[in-house]
Amino acid sequence: MTGIDVALDGIEGPAGRMVEPLSFAIAPAASLALIGESGSGKTLTAKSLVGLLPPGFRAAGTLRVDGREHRLEQTDASWRAVRGREVSLLLQDPFTSLSPVHRCGPQIAWTLEAKAGRRLPARELDAEVARRLDEVNLPARVARAHPHELSGGMRQRVAIAAALASDPRLLIADEPTTALDASNQAEILDLLRELQHERGMAMLLISHDLGLVRGRTDEVLVMRHGEVVERGATARVLSAPEHQYTKALIAADPALALDAPVHAEASGHAEASGRSEASAADPPAAAPLVHATGVVKRFGERTVLGGVDLDVAAGEIVGIVGESGSGKSTLARCIAGLEREDGGTIAFDGAVLSPGRRSRTPGQMQIVFQDPYSSLNPMMTIGQILREALAVGGRPATEVAGLLETVGLPADAAAKRPAQLSGGQRQRVAIARALAPRPRLLICDESVSALDVQVQAQILELLGRLREELGVAILFISHDLAVVRRIADTVTVVWQGRVVEQGPCARVLDAPVEEYTKLLVAAAHRDRPHTHDHSTDGRTIPA
Amino acid sequence: MLAVRVLGTVAILFVLSIVVFSMLHLAPGDLVKTLLGTRPASPEAVAAIREQYHLDDPLPVQYLRWLGGVLTGDFGQSIRLQTSVADAIGSRLGLTLALCGLAFVAAIGSGIPLGVQSAVRAGGVLDRIGTALGVIGLSAPTFAVGLLLLYVFAYYLPIFPVYGGGRGPLDTLYHLILPAITLAAGLGAIVLKLTRTAMLRELDADYVTSARARGIPEGRVRRLALRNAAIPIVTGASLLLTFLVGGTVLAETTYALPGLGTLLQDSVLFKDLAVVQALTLLVALVIAVIALLADLAYLLLDPRVRAKGGTA
Repeated sequence: MTGIDVALDGIEGPAGRMVEPLSFAIAPAASLALIGESGSGKTLTAKSLVGLLPPGFRAAGTLRVDGREHRLEQTDASWRAVRGREVSLLLQDPFTSLSPVHRCGPQIAWTLEAKAGRRLPARELDAEVARRLDEVNLPARVARAHPHELSGGMRQRVAIAAALASDPRLLIADEPTTALDASNQAEILDLLRELQHERGMAMLLISHDLGLVRGRTDEVLVMRHGEVVERGATARVLSAPEHQYTKALIAADPALALDAPVHAEASGHAEASGRSEASAADPPAAAPLVHATGVVKRFGERTVLGGVDLDVAAGEIVGIVGESGSGKSTLARCIAGLEREDGGTIAFDGAVLSPGRRSRTPGQMQIVFQDPYSSLNPMMTIGQILREALAVGGRPATEVAGLLETVGLPADAAAKRPAQLSGGQRQRVAIARALAPRPRLLICDESVSALDVQVQAQILELLGRLREELGVAILFISHDLAVVRRIADTVTVVWQGRVVEQGPCARVLDAPVEEYTKLLVAAAHRDRPHTHDHSTDGRTIPA
Repeated sequence: MLAVRVLGTVAILFVLSIVVFSMLHLAPGDLVKTLLGTRPASPEAVAAIREQYHLDDPLPVQYLRWLGGVLTGDFGQSIRLQTSVADAIGSRLGLTLALCGLAFVAAIGSGIPLGVQSAVRAGGVLDRIGTALGVIGLSAPTFAVGLLLLYVFAYYLPIFPVYGGGRGPLDTLYHLILPAITLAAGLGAIVLKLTRTAMLRELDADYVTSARARGIPEGRVRRLALRNAAIPIVTGASLLLTFLVGGTVLAETTYALPGLGTLLQDSVLFKDLAVVQALTLLVALVIAVIALLADLAYLLLDPRVRAKGGTA
């Protein structure tokens, strides 16, 4: 018999059973998606199939590849014969899955030599590496480049070439596109699909993103707390989910709401509550809160911002979208004073700010970064972190409890350290810290990109609520159109350091005028080919 | 970037030269008496000393004259040895270099493989033995290790000589084995700890998991990790070299080796200022050059740093 057959009896961890018994089969060239949030056991399941579970974890069961049986509990030495030839693993982050000090060519060549079981002549090796690079649509010169010289998408292609160089029968791809831009995501997944068909190779795609697997995998397995809660053909599971959890996952996924009408209610609120609250402090018809004109920023020879204009009204949520390297983060950092712009002016509340941090006060604006794992000091308790931020803003330390409540955290979180909190809770702390000096503008730089979809939805909801309750304006930077659509009133599309298109969220994303915006919207849709049918069900339209 | 580093090193050495020159005048006691050494302080002798050291010139002039001498290799006369300082140092330099080199090779040669093995089998028997050895090596003072080795391997089991530098290259090497091991004990322990920590971190990295999942043999995976770990190890090892400079004084004293360490010790005791000045400058120069070389090695080992240096 051909194909992959997995019968997992379970995975035990230091804290007890992590994954319950489960089984699945994948035909040659077919693909199976394993969906779940972090902690659902999907990555443990993947690692148990290459014998690379972290220390302290044990798996039992069998993996059958074209009829050849491998015990999951076998020793590391026996696993070495299985890895590469039978199963290969593609990891999430192309920035860490390649050795930074070695050139790309040798990293592919090692797999080739491992498969051959001997050293190969240099000329033969070079030719084969070039062929493998060509297979993933990369030029042969990439072999001589170091990983840091390549873009994220190119690195992930090199990682794919390296993972496939041993011609495995099963490729396990663990969140292979989570670290990439929307346009790269679609390309990488399509490339994987193509390679799979050429080689008759089975694929197990691990993802937390239901929208992404739509139209790209044959079957779906939804996992929660180490158990399979739903399984079936991908189209069926996504269009008619049976389990409550699957339904919740689909509802929480902003991507599946890409075709839904823009949150009209939210835009209305900006006028109604946000503006009115701001006008209490400001004279009527005041200048916008942030008024940036012709902002220019260069890093050496490279012009990152080539004259950008941006307005943010009080209580307004402005989305900035663009791919990585478009300059959107640099613009935010210039506004926050973390970078010094080389030209143009940035005015806050009518007064022009000189470049740099010195001219800003904590009460004007605060920033929330992407990664809550590194933006909080691991040595401090949440209470200490918030008291420090309160002190900076000249607020009394007694406001800690109130801040925690505002961001929906229990009062006992104050005594904990960041390591004791989940990713979503940490991002809530980061938001609370930013709110401590009572800023009038909150800058969110990819603040939800590192989070699971469900947590992402909760944080977006929190941000929307903060705007309504506190009247704080939000500058929301993201590469994810679907997320921006969910929260922003107006959208600014940035490309190569210039504003391509600017306008109300619905107009820009539903009826883009500029070619580049159309491309971005199309790429976001290509990721989710059938979203339209879906939204007509009414299931994913936000209430 | 490199030019800036070299300039920085030169600037540091320049400042140090001022400090070292000032030693002459800041040393406690009467300068002329110190310079006279054991000779009687007759008025003629005093006048001769003042003349010889140009003590009546203004200080900046004295400094410049001294610096000019230093730059041309003239460090003045040793009061104790009655030879030129350059000769006194030159005749002992070889032994100390051999001792330091031997100790460094021994420390690297034992510390890195042990560290790698400890990291690969973290928590295993070898790792525990390695950790125990590391603790002993780190906490035992150099002179104590020296005395212990002397007692066991030179006195109780007379395999190695008790003291002296030996005659001829092979005999010298034979005489240097115990002192080198003494010096290497502490160093090797630090190298072991550095290597183990760096390797543990690298073995945990994604690219190692990725390499293993592709079926790459374990030997190559370890070399791959070690190549990445080399960056912190080299930086750490260069700091160790400076530790060696201090340790050699203790080792040479314990084994009565006629090297620079004993020369420094004797000269300090005898207030032989010219020699102390020269040795201090030499040590400063060696440390500055090692730090510079470590930076260069960093550039060589890490392509990311190289790329940044290229565009800046």
